[in-house]
Amino acid sequence: MGKQSFSGLSLIWRGLSRHRHWQNQWRKPLPKAQYDAIIVGGGGHGLGCAYYLAKEHGLTNIAVLEKGWIGGGNTGRNTTIIRSNYLFNESAALYDHSVKLWESLSQSLNYNVMFSPRGVMMLAHTVHDIQVFKRHVHANRCNGVDNEWLEPAEAKEFCPPLNIEDNIRYPVLGAALQRRGGTARHDAVAWGYARAADALGVDIIENCEVTGIRRDANGAVEALQTSRGIIRSRKVGVSAAGHTSVILAMAGVHLPLESYPLQALVSEPVKPVFPCVVMSNTIHAYISQSDKGELVIGAGTDAYTSYTQRGALHVNTHTLDAVCELFPAFRRLRMMRNWGGIVDVTPDRSPIIAKTQVPGLYVNCGWGTGGFKATPGSAHVFAWTIARDEPHPINAPFTIERFRDGYLIDEAAAAAVAH
Amino acid sequence: MLLIVCPYCGKRPEIEFSYGGQAHIARPLQPSQLDDEAWAEFLYMRANTKGVYAERWRHSRGCGRFFNALRDTTTDHFLAFYESGEARPGLPATAAPTAAPERKT
Repeated sequence: MGKQSFSGLSLIWRGLSRHRHWQNQWRKPLPKAQYDAIIVGGGGHGLGCAYYLAKEHGLTNIAVLEKGWIGGGNTGRNTTIIRSNYLFNESAALYDHSVKLWESLSQSLNYNVMFSPRGVMMLAHTVHDIQVFKRHVHANRCNGVDNEWLEPAEAKEFCPPLNIEDNIRYPVLGAALQRRGGTARHDAVAWGYARAADALGVDIIENCEVTGIRRDANGAVEALQTSRGIIRSRKVGVSAAGHTSVILAMAGVHLPLESYPLQALVSEPVKPVFPCVVMSNTIHAYISQSDKGELVIGAGTDAYTSYTQRGALHVNTHTLDAVCELFPAFRRLRMMRNWGGIVDVTPDRSPIIAKTQVPGLYVNCGWGTGGFKATPGSAHVFAWTIARDEPHPINAPFTIERFRDGYLIDEAAAAAVAH
Repeated sequence: MLLIVCPYCGKRPEIEFSYGGQAHIARPLQPSQLDDEAWAEFLYMRANTKGVYAERWRHSRGCGRFFNALRDTTTDHFLAFYESGEARPGLPATAAPTAAPERKT
C-alpha cells in the first residue's frame, strides 16, 4: 500500500512543506461482491478486529461496514478511561490483556494513540465501599493486576484538587489506585486501527448500513443486505454496540441486551490542574483532564432504554453535584458540550464475545458503559474467535449461553453500582 | 427530562418515576416445569426494540403505583399510557404524542 510512516522526522519535514503532502489515512473503496469476512461496525472494537484478523490470522480479503463514519459512534463519545481492576478472574484476564496491548499500541500501529497511564483512582465513601475496594485490591493482586489501597491523605497527595474534608455529604474515606490505568485519545484509536487495517488490505466502507442478513438452506450466513447493495461473506462479526440487538434480530438471534443512553460532558479548557483519573461509583463522578485542557466528565446512564443518542439534563447535573463537592475549585468552571451514546448492557454487566447459534455469525457486544478500555483486547480475542471458529481462552467464559447455564460473570454485583 | 403521565396522578416530571423495563412479561405459572432455556428467556431476554416499546414505569415518588407506557425509543415520544393489566393499546393512525388520559382518583 505504500503508507506514509509517521515519525518525529516526518512531522518536521511535512511541517516545513506546510503540511501539504499528507496522504489520506485510509482508502474509500467501493464494496466488493464478496469477502472472506465482514465486520459490522466501524468503532474501535470492529476496526481493531479487522486489523488483528489481517495481521495475525492472514485474512486480508475483509471489510468493515460502518453505518456512519469512522469514530462517530461510542468510540468518539466515551470518556477514555482505561483500567483493569475488575473483581473476577475472567474479567481481570480480559481487561488486563487489553491494558497490556494498550502499552505498546502506538508502536504497533505507528500511530500515537496517546496512551497515558496516569493512574485511575476509585474513591470510597462508605464502609461498604472500603470493604469492597479492599477485596478488589486483594483479588487483583492474586490475578497479577496492580491495585493498591490509599488512605485519604495519600489520595490527596496523588490528586491535590481532591477535597478530603469531612464537611461534604459523602466524605472520602480512602481510595483504590491502579497506577497502570489512565487514558488514551479515543479518536486516534479508531483512526490508528483504521489506517493500519487499511494498509493490510482491509476495505473500510463508511456510510454503509446493514439492513438484512441472508442465510443459506442450512441456516448459515451467506450475505449481508446493505444500503450499498448485497455483499456476500460466510463469516460476519457484529461489533455494533447499542445497535447489536437490531442487527442480530435480522438473523433471528436474541440476546440479553438493553440499550441505554450514556452521557458525558466537557468543561472549558484550563491549564493542567488534574493529574490522574478519579472515579466515584458511589456518588457518580468520573473525571479526568484531556490534553487540550478540558475536564472530561462521565455522567450516568438514563433510566430508560433508548436509541436517541441523547439523555436528560438532570443526569448530568447529578454528576456535576458530586464533582463540585469533591473538587470545590471546579465550581465556577463552565461546561462546554454534552452528548450521549447508546450503550448495550447485559444483565451481569460483562460483555459477550462469542459464536452465535447461527453458523458464521459472531458477536462482540454487551460492553455497557465501559467498552473503550477493552478495545485492543476485545478486538484481539474477537478476531481469534472469527478466524478459528472457536473462542480464545480469554473470551471462552463470555458466551451467550452463560445466562442459560447460570455461569454469570457478575461484575454488576461486584461493583454494586449502576455502571 | 421526560414528561410522564401517571394514569392516577397526571403529568409529572421523570424524576418522580422509576423505570421498570419491558412490559407484559408474565411470571411463569408453573415455575418448576420450566427448563433452563425458558428461565433464561424469562429472566434475561428483552426485546430492546428500536421503535415503539411497551414498558413499565412506577410512580415511586408519587402514588407508588406501576403502570405501562408505549414509547418510541427512536424519539423518546410517549404514544400512550395505560394501567397494568390492560392489553397493549393499538396505535392511532396518526400518533398524537403524550395526550393526557382522564385523571383517575
